[in-house]
Amino acid sequence: MVEKAVALSALLFVLGALGALTRRNLIVMLMSIELMLNAVNLALVAFSRQWGDLSGHIFVLMVIVVAAAEVAVGLGIVISLFRNRESVNVEDVSLLKW
Amino acid sequence: MVEATAYPLLRWIVLLPLLAAAVHGVSLAVLRRPLGRAATIALSVGAPALSFFIAFLALLKLVALPAEQRVLGDLLFTWIGAGSFSADAAFLFDPLSAVMTLVVTGVGTLIHVYSVGYMDDDHREDRGFERFFCYLNLFLFSMLVLVLGDNLVLMFLGWEGVGLCSYLLIGFWFSDRWNAYCGSKAFIVNRVGDFGFLLGIFLLFWSLAEMDAATVNFRELAEALPRIAEQSVTLPGWLGFLPGAPTWKLTTLIGLCFFLGAVGKSAQIPLYIWLPDAMAGPTPVSALIHAATMVTAGVYMVCRLEFLYALAPGASAVIAWTGALTALFAATIAIAQTDIKKVLAYSTVSQLGYMFLAAGCAGYEAAIFHLVTHAFFKALLFLGSGAVILAMHHEQDIDKMGGLRAQIPWTHRWFLIGVLAIAGFPWMSGFFSKDEILLTAYLAHEIPGHQALYGIALATAGITAFYMFRLHFRTFLGESRVPVEQRSHLHEPVQWILAPLAVLGVLSIFGGFLGPAAALNPVPGVDPAHSNSLANFLGSVLHGAHHEVSFATERWLAVSSVAVAGAGVLLAAWLYLWNPGLPARIRASLGGLHRWVANKYYVDEAYDAALVRPLVSLSENVLYRGIDVGLIDGAANGSARFVRAFASDVLRHFQSGLTQAYLFLMVLGTLAIASYLVAG
Repeated sequence: MVEKAVALSALLFVLGALGALTRRNLIVMLMSIELMLNAVNLALVAFSRQWGDLSGHIFVLMVIVVAAAEVAVGLGIVISLFRNRESVNVEDVSLLKW
Repeated sequence: MVEATAYPLLRWIVLLPLLAAAVHGVSLAVLRRPLGRAATIALSVGAPALSFFIAFLALLKLVALPAEQRVLGDLLFTWIGAGSFSADAAFLFDPLSAVMTLVVTGVGTLIHVYSVGYMDDDHREDRGFERFFCYLNLFLFSMLVLVLGDNLVLMFLGWEGVGLCSYLLIGFWFSDRWNAYCGSKAFIVNRVGDFGFLLGIFLLFWSLAEMDAATVNFRELAEALPRIAEQSVTLPGWLGFLPGAPTWKLTTLIGLCFFLGAVGKSAQIPLYIWLPDAMAGPTPVSALIHAATMVTAGVYMVCRLEFLYALAPGASAVIAWTGALTALFAATIAIAQTDIKKVLAYSTVSQLGYMFLAAGCAGYEAAIFHLVTHAFFKALLFLGSGAVILAMHHEQDIDKMGGLRAQIPWTHRWFLIGVLAIAGFPWMSGFFSKDEILLTAYLAHEIPGHQALYGIALATAGITAFYMFRLHFRTFLGESRVPVEQRSHLHEPVQWILAPLAVLGVLSIFGGFLGPAAALNPVPGVDPAHSNSLANFLGSVLHGAHHEVSFATERWLAVSSVAVAGAGVLLAAWLYLWNPGLPARIRASLGGLHRWVANKYYVDEAYDAALVRPLVSLSENVLYRGIDVGLIDGAANGSARFVRAFASDVLRHFQSGLTQAYLFLMVLGTLAIASYLVAG
């Protein structure tokens, strides 16, 4: 049971990582990050069940709260970026460099 | 060890001057509102006077005790306690420190009074009247810590304190660069001696700690020291030329370390060079610090450690010979000086040599006796010279004086008394103490070459009489060489100045009766047991040599020293009074020899070439340019330069601004860490 859950979690995590690395659209990147977070949540819940320890659940609740906050901030940034640049392409915002 | 009687008033002897200095310090440095003349005088003269009064009370308490129990103590708190090491902030009032304390506070008070008159110009022209008294009170505090401290560490604290105050006061008129230079010179030369003092403390403490008797307390040291009396040290091979090499007694080495400290503070060969230049300070400072009190601290220290020197005959011999040679050497320089204060400065060096001669010959009472009488007459002479300098509007060259007796008769009288006292005029103070020293040297069979020591001391007595009367004749008698337009300005000083002169004058006449040798006592039918009272009083602390000697020998020695001194006076009179043209002709015929002496044997120049300039050049070229700028600054600036170069040429290229490039690196890093954790 736990092996399948962990395998699914790993699959979702890699999908999310690839999405975050390859897609240029900021909104898609945010969604990919959400996917990674939820992959981790899945692994935590699975292990929690395996060991009969509720700490994993508590962690997951924490992660969901943080993810919600992160999406709020992230989408706020995307909206203000779009208002200024009329673009949500991540390659258009590379001014902060050497 | 006799239990010390607790006497809590002792601390106030020390703390009152500190309190006065602290009040001055706060008003000057924090409030920035000087106290004003009257308040400054009340505070600064009042504090030492009160200290003197308390010291006098303590003396009364002390003499009321039986002779062998005469120790008063006052423990404030444990100052340093670390393992087996412990030093108390505690004061010790035994006959030796009693005598010193009374001299320091008594003469100190008189000189404070004198300073009110002498520094009046500085009050009127607002050049730090209060600052002067602040330093002077601080000096008195440090000196009293030095004298009354009951252990070596506290004594060292006072020792450094007086050095600091000496520096501050020599350079008091610091707007003149020369004065500031002289202050630094005094301080730096003293550091050499302080280094020896510190080494002595360490060596003494360590060697006693090995015998489980670690202490720095004087009275405990006296008990514990015989335990290391037989130990010896092996000198390194390159010191093989020293007498007694390759093994020395440990006590001799410790004794020599402490004596190095005394040599610095008390201006003996080879470290005497700072004292003549210290005359750059105001004259009351010269009188208090560089004649009566601070420079005698070395003598006091040697006497305080007499239990050590009793076990170190080699060190004692070095002390006696250093003292005798310094006495003679400085006296010869004094002959050719024309600055009134320089003559007195070399005379001080010479008289301090006398005291060390006595201390080295185990005549500690004689050394302290001369210390006391010297404090009286030398303070008188310096204060008298200060009165002359004031009258002459800060002219110090005796070639431009002469015949001042008519204009400043009272100054002349008191100065003459000082001159007679130092020359050893019978039954004046210097006569008794100097003869005590000559007798000690004459009888010191345990010192190699003690006849030569006696001969040197006797010759010095003659030279002393000669140069002191030369100074007197050139200043007060003969034709006036004062510029004509200045003659009408010559005036007797104010009462603030004359009153201390009078007190010191009386002390210089009668001070010898503190402890006249029975054989020389002019009061007929005096019982020898009650004669020599100072030596009897000090006897419970100082256990020097006691030689039996017949009254006839003692009187014969006294007569010969008076005869030699008289010859010196006559020679001075013949040269400077009766044949005023002769000295110039003699000078001309001596030529180079006179120049050599008048330039102080070029010792300062020799030190300059041999030590100062190589050291300065080493500091400048190697330590400053090489190590400080090259190595340390180079390493500090170099590391900054490296970081800057590495960051700008390499690291900045990672800052591409591309979010996904950062993300990629982050994933790579996370993968690396994760694979390390999984594999490890």
